Amino acid sequence: MISMSDTDTHRGTPFPHRHLLGIEGLQPHEILGLLDRAEEAVEVSRKVEKKKSVLSGRTQINLFFEASTRTQSSFELAGKRLGADVMNMAVSSSSVKKGETLIDTAATLNAMHPDLLVVRHHAAGAVHLLARKVGCSVINAGDGPHEHPTQALLDALTIRRHKGKISRLVVAICGDILHSRVARSNIILLNALGARVRVIAPSTLLPSRIEQMGVEVYRDMNEGLKGADIVMMLRLQRERMNGAFIPSVREYFRFYGLDREKLSHANEDALVMHPGPMNRGVEIDPEVADGPQSLIREQVEMGVAVRMAVLEALSEHLPNQ
Amino acid sequence: MVKQTPKPLVLSNARIIDPARNLDAPGAVIMADGIILEAGPEALNQGAPEGATLMDCKGAVAAPGLIDMCVSVGEPGAEHRETFASASNAAASSGITTIVTMPDSDPVIDDPALVDFILRRARDNACVNVKPMAALTKGLEGQDMTEIGLLQEAGAVAFTNGHKSIRNAQIMRRMMTYARDFDALIVHHTEDPDLAGGTMNAGLNASWKGLSGVPREAEIIMLERDLRLVAMSRSRYHANMISTADSADVIRIGKDKGLDITAGVSINHLTHNENDIGAYRTFFKMSPPLRDEDDRQAMIAALANGTIDILVSNHDPQDVETKRHPWAEAEDGASGLETLLAAALRLYHSDDIDLLRLLTTMTINPAKRLGLASGRLEKGAPADVMVFDPDLPWVLQKADIKSRSKNSPFEDARFSGRVLHTIVAGKTVYTYD
Repeated sequence: MISMSDTDTHRGTPFPHRHLLGIEGLQPHEILGLLDRAEEAVEVSRKVEKKKSVLSGRTQINLFFEASTRTQSSFELAGKRLGADVMNMAVSSSSVKKGETLIDTAATLNAMHPDLLVVRHHAAGAVHLLARKVGCSVINAGDGPHEHPTQALLDALTIRRHKGKISRLVVAICGDILHSRVARSNIILLNALGARVRVIAPSTLLPSRIEQMGVEVYRDMNEGLKGADIVMMLRLQRERMNGAFIPSVREYFRFYGLDREKLSHANEDALVMHPGPMNRGVEIDPEVADGPQSLIREQVEMGVAVRMAVLEALSEHLPNQ
Repeated sequence: MVKQTPKPLVLSNARIIDPARNLDAPGAVIMADGIILEAGPEALNQGAPEGATLMDCKGAVAAPGLIDMCVSVGEPGAEHRETFASASNAAASSGITTIVTMPDSDPVIDDPALVDFILRRARDNACVNVKPMAALTKGLEGQDMTEIGLLQEAGAVAFTNGHKSIRNAQIMRRMMTYARDFDALIVHHTEDPDLAGGTMNAGLNASWKGLSGVPREAEIIMLERDLRLVAMSRSRYHANMISTADSADVIRIGKDKGLDITAGVSINHLTHNENDIGAYRTFFKMSPPLRDEDDRQAMIAALANGTIDILVSNHDPQDVETKRHPWAEAEDGASGLETLLAAALRLYHSDDIDLLRLLTTMTINPAKRLGLASGRLEKGAPADVMVFDPDLPWVLQKADIKSRSKNSPFEDARFSGRVLHTIVAGKTVYTYD
């Protein structure tokens, strides 16, 4: 086996996939290749002249069946910085209400000849179904509680830029693991790059057999955070707060909300992440969210860079005739 | 909290029964500063402590004070039926030194501030220990789980939906799963509400009386469902009161599988059967309903052989407003605190259960299940002790009932055996005269 460090450069690594449907199925060097591309995109994004032309003449459609502000605008910006023509379609408000099926939507889109299709859908597996029915490259921007690969990539990029590596770091993912696509993508990616992944949550917010998913399971924050290098908080959806999965916001915050006291059990130089949007006072104390250990705002910047990297990598497979 | 006695107290010349140690022998109990210093045959080997008050038990039994794990009080919301003061006086007269309260008051005890309220009211007004159970669902409505973590921190010893079952299996599963993280005990009334739908035990008796029946299956199905969910969630579970022979079998099988389960039974189901209802006497209306004689015998056998762990009074004070109605419209519930020990002793006198086992189910068993330090005569344990004469005859007269509500199914009953002294935290709170 060829030894491989997560800090070696993999910039030249070709990305052999037509779609990015999940982190599952990606090889470690392919992940690292995307992260290296993203580093360059960070540089581009920080210049006054941010525009590249690799996607010039290409059409990118952002197809969002579920409302999203930051992911959609992040993909839009990424596409525009690479020179693509970007169109946003919020499907929840149009065709679906008229009874159009996912397959009908795919056929309609196909007729418009897009090159890149960015899809978010509330049902796990919907993006895979769509990918089989359209002629272009498809990027999963989140399918139900299944995967959200660009979020995991941007998290990895953020971590690597601060810790210099991913392998052997202890990463604690805390909160609603059960309903989280961010958690699933991160568990796969972090394990692929050699991190030790922990999950911390009340049992009602853990999927069954979680201990066989490559993580160490904790039900107690103070124990789970011991020795953690990275603390990744997850958003708790409002509809889960009042009695079905947890009894109340105040009880959740008391036992699972990240405050200074709980964070003090993690390593001194531990960093705090959150995919956003945050519920201050539910899963995270404002003091921590906006504190010196927080990387939350930087994650947003890395989001654009990672999406540029993904769009660029996929564009290399697009037909040129 | 009960004030500590200023002087040490010695119970001498007693028959010491301490189920925690399987001990039944002549001896003494020495108490000071609210705790037990020594108890047993050798307790007085070093002599009595200086300045101690000596109480000669004259051969009467000294045993740990009883822990009654299922008591409805009425306070807050129905103080005319019962208060902490009246309930604790009734309890003390039966050797009960700890009452574990149901959360089905008005308001329902589903908030940490209300647990705190109970504990403060009890500290100021009760002469026995009060350990509150909190509601398992908000308003006992069976839908949204309560703040198990915060309620536990406030002092709730267990979680129950009162005399109502959780209908929805998914909700029950999630609550069990959540409760496990806090190592919280779920105490459940097992009666399928859809199937139950009647007012007395289903059968020939109900058919002749023209009353709708509660089939045994309502209890058995809910219990079997619960144990499946316990196996899934690996939670701690207590079936509050079972009443049928088949339920006992279900519990035994569940225990054989290694589930963390226990079961309780009410004294009513050991001493009465459905025939006692007679001419629609509503003091015998309760949930689960009184069953037939075979079930009663099966409950006694299950308590004797350890299948059933805990014996409770299921004290539920009701007044004329709620009881003096046609059978179907009357409330469930029977008063039971002050007859718990005397009625239980009937099983001892009938040679169904030996005294040590009988006391086990009302002392160390509930203590262990609820994580209480009491229920044992052990060095360092709280000085909660009862002294009783197992043979002293007496009659329960309505006028003597200490509870504010008089709905006792034992009115005018003759008993053999009664409590002489009840001691809570080293202080005598009841003496028979």
